[in-house]
Amino acid sequence: MLFMLIRRVLLGGVTVCIVSLIIFAGVEMLPGDACTQFLGEYQADEELLAQCRKDLDLNRPPIDRFAEWTQGAITGDLGLAADGTTKISTIVGDRLKNSLLLAFLAMAVGIPLALFLGVVSGLWRDRLPDIIASTLAIFAMTIPEFVSATLLILVLSVWLGWLPGIVLTSAAAPASEFFPEILLPMIVLSFVMCAHIMRMVRSSVIDVMASDYVQMATLKGVPYWQMVFRHALPNALLPAINVVALTIAWLLGGVVVIEVVFNYPGLGRLMIDSISDRNLPVVQSIALIVASVYVCVNLAADLLTMIANPKLRTMYMRK
Amino acid sequence: MTVSSTSHQQEHGRFITVMKDILARPSGRIGLTLVLFHILLALLSPLIAPYDFKLQNSSLMLSPPSSEHWLGADHLGRDILSRTLMGGREALLVTGIATPLAVIWGGFIGILFGLVGGRVDEVLMRIVDAFLSLPWILKMLVLIVTFGTGIGVLIPTLTFFYGIPVIRVARAATHDIIARDFVWAAKARGHSRISIIWRELLPNVLDTLMVEGAMRWSWMLLAFSSLSFLGFGVSPPTPDWGLMISDARGFMSFAPWGVIAPVIGLSSLIIGINLSADALAKALGIDRAQKAPM
Amino acid sequence: MPQSSFIDIKNLSVGYTSRNGKIIPVLRDVNLSITRGDSIGLVGESGSGKSTLALAAMGYFKRGLHVISGQVQFDGIDMLNIERNALQRLRGGRLALIPQNSGQSLTPNLRIGQQISEALRLHGDLPATSFDVGVIDLLSQVRLPDPVGLTDRYPHELSGGQQQRVAIAMALASNPEALLLDEPTTGLDVTTQAHIMELLRDLAKDRNLAMLYVSHDLGAIARVCNKVMVMYAGETVLTGSAKQVLLSPRHPYAHGLLVSIPRLNEASLPQALDGRPPMPSETITGCAFADRCKLADQTCHKSPPPLNHLETGEAVRCFHHDQIGQLNQKTEKSARSNPTAADKGTALSLANLAVSYSQPGLLSKLFAPQDTPPSTVDRITIDIKKGETLGLVGESGSGKSTILKTIAGMVPAQSGNIILNQAERLDMMVEKRPAAHLRQVQIIFQNPDDSLNPRHTVAQVLAQPLRLYYGLSGTPLRDRSIDILEQVRLGEHYLERLPSQLSGGEKQRVAIARAFAADPEIILCDEVTSALDVSVQAAVLDLLDVLKRQDGTTYIFVSHDLAVVKAISDRVAVLYQGRICEIGPVAAVYSAPFHPYTDALLGAVLEPDPDVAPRLTADDVVELSPPKTGCPFQRRCPRKLGSICETDIPTAQEIAPGHVIHCHIPQLDL
Repeated sequence: MLFMLIRRVLLGGVTVCIVSLIIFAGVEMLPGDACTQFLGEYQADEELLAQCRKDLDLNRPPIDRFAEWTQGAITGDLGLAADGTTKISTIVGDRLKNSLLLAFLAMAVGIPLALFLGVVSGLWRDRLPDIIASTLAIFAMTIPEFVSATLLILVLSVWLGWLPGIVLTSAAAPASEFFPEILLPMIVLSFVMCAHIMRMVRSSVIDVMASDYVQMATLKGVPYWQMVFRHALPNALLPAINVVALTIAWLLGGVVVIEVVFNYPGLGRLMIDSISDRNLPVVQSIALIVASVYVCVNLAADLLTMIANPKLRTMYMRK
Repeated sequence: MTVSSTSHQQEHGRFITVMKDILARPSGRIGLTLVLFHILLALLSPLIAPYDFKLQNSSLMLSPPSSEHWLGADHLGRDILSRTLMGGREALLVTGIATPLAVIWGGFIGILFGLVGGRVDEVLMRIVDAFLSLPWILKMLVLIVTFGTGIGVLIPTLTFFYGIPVIRVARAATHDIIARDFVWAAKARGHSRISIIWRELLPNVLDTLMVEGAMRWSWMLLAFSSLSFLGFGVSPPTPDWGLMISDARGFMSFAPWGVIAPVIGLSSLIIGINLSADALAKALGIDRAQKAPM
Repeated sequence: MPQSSFIDIKNLSVGYTSRNGKIIPVLRDVNLSITRGDSIGLVGESGSGKSTLALAAMGYFKRGLHVISGQVQFDGIDMLNIERNALQRLRGGRLALIPQNSGQSLTPNLRIGQQISEALRLHGDLPATSFDVGVIDLLSQVRLPDPVGLTDRYPHELSGGQQQRVAIAMALASNPEALLLDEPTTGLDVTTQAHIMELLRDLAKDRNLAMLYVSHDLGAIARVCNKVMVMYAGETVLTGSAKQVLLSPRHPYAHGLLVSIPRLNEASLPQALDGRPPMPSETITGCAFADRCKLADQTCHKSPPPLNHLETGEAVRCFHHDQIGQLNQKTEKSARSNPTAADKGTALSLANLAVSYSQPGLLSKLFAPQDTPPSTVDRITIDIKKGETLGLVGESGSGKSTILKTIAGMVPAQSGNIILNQAERLDMMVEKRPAAHLRQVQIIFQNPDDSLNPRHTVAQVLAQPLRLYYGLSGTPLRDRSIDILEQVRLGEHYLERLPSQLSGGEKQRVAIARAFAADPEIILCDEVTSALDVSVQAAVLDLLDVLKRQDGTTYIFVSHDLAVVKAISDRVAVLYQGRICEIGPVAAVYSAPFHPYTDALLGAVLEPDPDVAPRLTADDVVELSPPKTGCPFQRRCPRKLGSICETDIPTAQEIAPGHVIHCHIPQLDL
């Protein structure tokens, strides 16, 4: 069992390495470098470019720079931004904190709600609760996030005035200062998250309720709710682990649009701004962080599945 | 009657059967109607739009719906109705080309990986997975920002990035099918590899790919409109729903019609595609896995 | 039937509503009465509705099915209008079910102990503190070894036979008064099945249960039931005592069914029953069996026969039940073709073939090279004569399918040779074989659903070998396809059909046609009748025999069903864990002297004759891999000599010309 664990962790590490290589190589291959971005209109001047490159040590072979970058990343020092002075770790640190806050809140509301709705719509398949929940879910999944966000702002903020529609707090502010502005983005995120997970859980519940062992439990005389909680749900919720993991990873890296709509100072906004500003070192660092989170979350999901699924558990424990 | 014409007839017959099944379902009827409506609209809108979409009129800025301008005017005085009617053209053009391309290249590679199998396949899938762990926006924006916006960049970018998840789907389907007895039977008879891929594998993988393609289209539209919304997609003054929503949302509190119209346009198209994809999957007997979009 | 029946089903009709609003019946006006002490066997094939009837006794109907009319009573309680709590108390309590596929019917996330104690908790009399003891007691009653260890295990860790016994233990937890069994031994090995039947038989006797046993396997029913009810197309067609129904059936369907089952004590092919059972969605005018019946006349096709109750206590649904004697006269046992008369040379030679599935990983190869697991299949040396049928018989793990796949070139052999026609060596990999070799060896698979491409029409299926080996196209291709279809008794109109529009038997015929289209020397048959309905199996066997006589093809016929193998083979090889135990002419192998394993296998066969009891010699143990050295049967052999069986490969003793037994026990003692 321990062996499997170590193997999985190592594989995760390998994935992160491959990702960092892809990021670095991708950025390398783009035309231009930090200097051409920085100097902008002065690019025509060869001397200035050469000088800039010397200053920023860009003339060393890529492998050296890659090694230095990764070394720094492991220790937490992500180097300097394109302007040569700001420490990336500081900027990114703040934004990461904010993104984590939003993600955590969205998860805390969205996941339990999704599981609940998924089970309900699966058990009462094709009846009123299912029809309502599924229709809402389909809407949430098909309509772009910025549309749902905009609509919710229109209704809850502009027309009803219940919640503020935009975040004006600065990036470095402590968490408490983000309330109540953080509520609306949190609601939108939960809504979208919930829809995906709910549909998956619903289909899993339907499958399990049609299985032979649920039929057997019924014919054994097990009362309905006992059967649902003891026999059906533990098996139905197993596949949900993976979907939840994917959604968590998305929460941290893919909510760019939401952050822009609400002006929320998270990693996503930073990413877009940095790309627009051609601040490539920052972009690299963000990419690495997001990818690492993705790998970690998937790893956790894999391990959780291994523990929760009796077939996998016995495979590794009984020898 | 030779055997080859039988297979043509059979494919034709099957197409009709599947279409009938889709139309028999309410989701299919509504979905296909919406999709066809939007395609027609995109084709005909330049002819039916009352005003030129570029025409700015400062005296009409943010005016509410009136008898001349049924949906009012936007912040530059342009007629919202005309812009909304034409708002789907770019989106449908770009995604209409990029989706089949994405499915073709992703499907091709996916089937290839599925057939190769073994260590090579595992290593390559690791790389694909690593690639997928990066947020899609990041990947696309890096390319767009470097090479510029415009159809010439958007189509290849969307094709490339949206083809990658298709690799996984095609690979999984390939794995499933080559394990089945009829493929073994063909192998035992001594048919060539190509013949087996073409005759045994492809007809069975195509169903999965078609459903995947329909889903891809809707996600690609989502991505496209999100990019436009962020300012990285279509460039003004081209009318596009995503861009329109982005422009108009600052004035939402007192001029919501600028937002509502494009929202309805965009949502109805995407819902139409999703409903059609759902009906298609059921008609083909495919169990659609609900995955989160990239 | 006595007045106070325990389970009483009256005039029950059950059906489902199709998409276009039509009501499709699955059960039509069925009556069933069971008293305590009765074991009633419910016999039928696909579309007979037997499973639906059994579940109806518990007041349970699968999703989509509803009651059209009728009553279901359990000890006077109306099961169709009962309050939910009462129903839950009854189910698993006084009335328990043993399901068909226990592997799927046991909840995967709960341990065995938990599932059985749940039954105790819901229905037993024991106080909570004695649940553990109760569980162990139940597991011992079903004769499971190591009950204590078993309680901690999950269902997927158990073998099929063990899972089935657990299901039986769970059903017994409440001390039920009635037991319903839905095909409980499907998919189990011959010896496992025999042991479980004995267990069920003893339980029924000891506890005076009312038992309803649903099965298509007449041998199992003969062993356990004292009364039998035969169902066809949702109706009862025959009821009576086990002896009456199984030994002298009065309904043409039952008669045809019993005649079509291959028997161990017969030397020839059974008489086939034409056609196939009707599907629920087909509308039937007149008697449902009329299309297939040799006694049918105008009346039979026009009006449905009523159920006649005879003085003998039987009930028959047939206008001509008193003319059954005519059927007996019409029965001609087809003499099987006898190719050994003219020895035309060896078609295929297997020389010391060994195949291994396990691939040791890189690490194990480096660190423990001598720890390689024994080959899946080893020491296979057989010469197969032209035109003969060689049967390969064995249980799961015997390697019989593996050998076929190796001959076909789908699985590479570790060592050994395959020689075709005494001259050419067959390459192990099918990709490397020349076209001539490929054409000469064809394979037919077990599951016709899987072996035909769902997107190809029959025409396309047949076109493939014809184009590949003969380069036919256009009109000659179509003409030849029609020819071949005729040989397998399918009409021209089948050409445009897709597999989804064909029945199981028809699909298998297409697969056979496909194999014969290549005009091969050798056809490999991998359990080709196992997935078919009983009444259809004989027709397929008959077809294979006719084709062989026509073309002189050599067959290698793999099956787990000893009677089927006996009916169709000229010579037989008995396999255990991938090694040959005994090989020789069919008559010789199936009679003494026996290899101990052959003895165990033959003894375990359940005959559809209530007067014949099986002889159980070996234990019901499933082995996962062969032993490293010595005889493959050493761990289960009831006649094990001693350590020699563990160390030395058994000697090949030639009992008679062509009949070899691999055993250490000297010939005289066998």
